[in-house]
Amino acid sequence: HQVLRIKTKNEEELKQLQLLESLEHLELDFWINPSAPALPVDVRIPAVRVQSVKAFLESQGIEYSILIEDLQDVLDKEKQDMVESAQRQRSSTTFDFGAYHTLDDINAELDHLASEYSFVEKIQIGESYEKRPLYVLKFSTGGSNRPAIWLDAGIHSREWVTQASALWIANKIASDYGTDESITSLLDKMDLFLLPVANPDGFVYTHTSNRMWRKTRSKIPGSICVGVDPNRNWDAGFGGPGASNRPCSDSYHGPRANSEVEVKSVVDFIKNHGNFKAFLTLHSYSQLLMYPYGYKCTRPDDYAELESLGRAAASSIRSLYGTTFQVGTICKTIYQASGGSIDWSYDNGIKYSFAFELRDTGRYGFLLPANQILPAAQETWLGLKTIMEHVRDKSS
Amino acid sequence: RAMELPSSHLSAARAAAAAVGYLRYLRGGPGRGLQLRELRRARRQDIDDVGHKYYLELELEDVLDKDRTVNCTAEVLYHLGSKTSAPDVQVTVQGELRSTEDADQEFYNRIRSLEKELVAENIPDSHGNVPPELEPIHRLAWVASGYVIWQNSTENTKFHLAQVKHVKQVKRSDEDLQFDFVVLLHEMVSQEVLPWEVTLLWHPQRGARVAQSRAAGAGS
Repeated sequence: HQVLRIKTKNEEELKQLQLLESLEHLELDFWINPSAPALPVDVRIPAVRVQSVKAFLESQGIEYSILIEDLQDVLDKEKQDMVESAQRQRSSTTFDFGAYHTLDDINAELDHLASEYSFVEKIQIGESYEKRPLYVLKFSTGGSNRPAIWLDAGIHSREWVTQASALWIANKIASDYGTDESITSLLDKMDLFLLPVANPDGFVYTHTSNRMWRKTRSKIPGSICVGVDPNRNWDAGFGGPGASNRPCSDSYHGPRANSEVEVKSVVDFIKNHGNFKAFLTLHSYSQLLMYPYGYKCTRPDDYAELESLGRAAASSIRSLYGTTFQVGTICKTIYQASGGSIDWSYDNGIKYSFAFELRDTGRYGFLLPANQILPAAQETWLGLKTIMEHVRDKSS
Repeated sequence: RAMELPSSHLSAARAAAAAVGYLRYLRGGPGRGLQLRELRRARRQDIDDVGHKYYLELELEDVLDKDRTVNCTAEVLYHLGSKTSAPDVQVTVQGELRSTEDADQEFYNRIRSLEKELVAENIPDSHGNVPPELEPIHRLAWVASGYVIWQNSTENTKFHLAQVKHVKQVKRSDEDLQFDFVVLLHEMVSQEVLPWEVTLLWHPQRGARVAQSRAAGAGS
C-alpha cells in the first residue's frame, strides 16, 4: 500500500477529491480528509488501486507526492520499535502519568493496575462502534452491590487531558487505599467504577488522523459525514436546543437517543447495577464545575445542595495551584445543551451528577502541554474527592 | 442605562473573547502575547434600533511578562440583526505595555535572514509542544486569529485559537514580513473547529495587519 500526499490548488480539484472519497468501493483510507484547498490530503491506497488512482490524479492535473512508498515497511519498523519500547517499559515498572499515551498503552496500564491491586478489577461493559472494548476499572473492597460512584473521561476524544487525568486518578486511588484515610473510608463503604476512555474510536482517530475529532466514529446513513456527539446522545431532553440535527456538525445528536453504542453501554450498565449514587464526568477545556440542567435553563430540585457542594469542590481544586473553576448549572455556565450525560443520570435518580471541564481557559485549549497533566489531575482529584466524601457521608 | 451583569454571565464572557481578539490584533506581536486572566466587571446596554453594547473591565497578562497585570476597559457593540458585520470594539489599556522593540527587531532580522522561507505546521503539536524558535510565530498566529475572531464574533459565539495547522512565509519585495496561516478556530457554542486562511503582514515599527482572510472550505 502507498500513502500519497495530494496538494489541491483550487476548489475544483478539492471537489474531485471529495468525489473520490465518496467512492467506497475504492477502499481509500483518507488520513487527512479533503476539506480545504490549502490543506494537504493524505490518503492510503490499497496496492491494487495505486496505479489507477495515480492515473486519475494525473489526468486531472492534480499534484501529488509519495508520502510512504511502502506502508508495510513502515508498519513493520513501527511494530519493532513498539516491541522494543514495551520490553523497556516492562523492565521499568513506571507508567509515565505525565505524558499522553495511545489507547493500547492505556489499556495495558489498566491491566497492570488490575493485576497489582486485589480490589481493582478490569471489566468490559460493551464495545465501541468499531468494536473496541469499553473497559471500566472497578474498585471494590467487598460487599455486594455496594452504593457506587461512576467516573468517566474522554467521551469527547480530543479532550486528551481527561483520559490522562483519569489514569493518574486510578493509580492514585489504588495506591493510596490503606494509607489515605479518606480514600480508605470511601472504598470501605462504596464501590467506584472508572471509565477512562469512554470514546475509544474517537480517541484512536485523534492519534491517527485528526487531533481535533470530538465525536464517535459511527457511520450515519445517508450522509458522508461520520460520528455523533456522544454528549448530546443521552435520553435527556434529546433533540432539544443546543444540539444539532445535522450529521456533519460537531454537536450532532444522532438519529435517536442512545443510538451510540458507547452511550447505550453505559446506560445499560448503570441501570442494571441499580445502586449508583454519583455520576461524574470529565471534559476539557474551560475550568468549570457544573451540575444539571443543560437541556433546560431551570434549576434542579437539589440546586442548593449541588451548588454548595460544587463550590466546596471548586475551593478544594483552587487550594492546590490557585486554579479557579466556575460553578453553576450547565445552561447558565457554558450553554444550553440537550442530551447530556449528567442530565440523564440526574433525571434517573442519581442526585450527585457533576461535569468537570478541566484546564485550561483557551491558551492551549485541547492541546494542553503534557507538563500540565499532573497538576490538572492532582487538582481535579481534590475536587472529586470533596464530592465523593460528601456522597459517602450521605450514603451511609 | 447599562445593566450590571455577573461576570460569570455567558454573554459577558463572549463579549470579552471578542475584545481580546481585537486587542491581540491591535497590540500583539512576535514579542507579546496577551491573554485574559479575569473578567472583572461587565455591564450591558440595549440600545434601541442599534444593538447591544457591553462595557467590560478586563484583567490580562502578557505571557512573556506574567508577573504583571494589564488592566483594560473595553466596549463591544454588537449591531442589531447583523450577521455580517463585525462588532465595534474599543479597548483602552491602562498603563504601558512592556516594550517589545528589541525582541521584534531580532525576530525581524532572523526571519529576513532565512535562506528558505519559513514553513511549519501543527503549532502546538498534538501534545501541546511549541518548539522555542516557533513561539514568536505562534504569537503572530494569535494576532492573525485575533482579527478573524473579532470580525466574526456574535453574541452567540466564543472563539479560541485551537491550533496553527500550517504557516508559510512568503517573501516580499517590500519591507513587510508576510505569513500565510491556516488556523483552526474552536467555537465554543457550536463546538466546531473551523479552518481559516489568514494572510498576515507584519513590520517591527508598523505593526500587523491582515491582508486577507477567509473560511477554508467545508469541514470533513
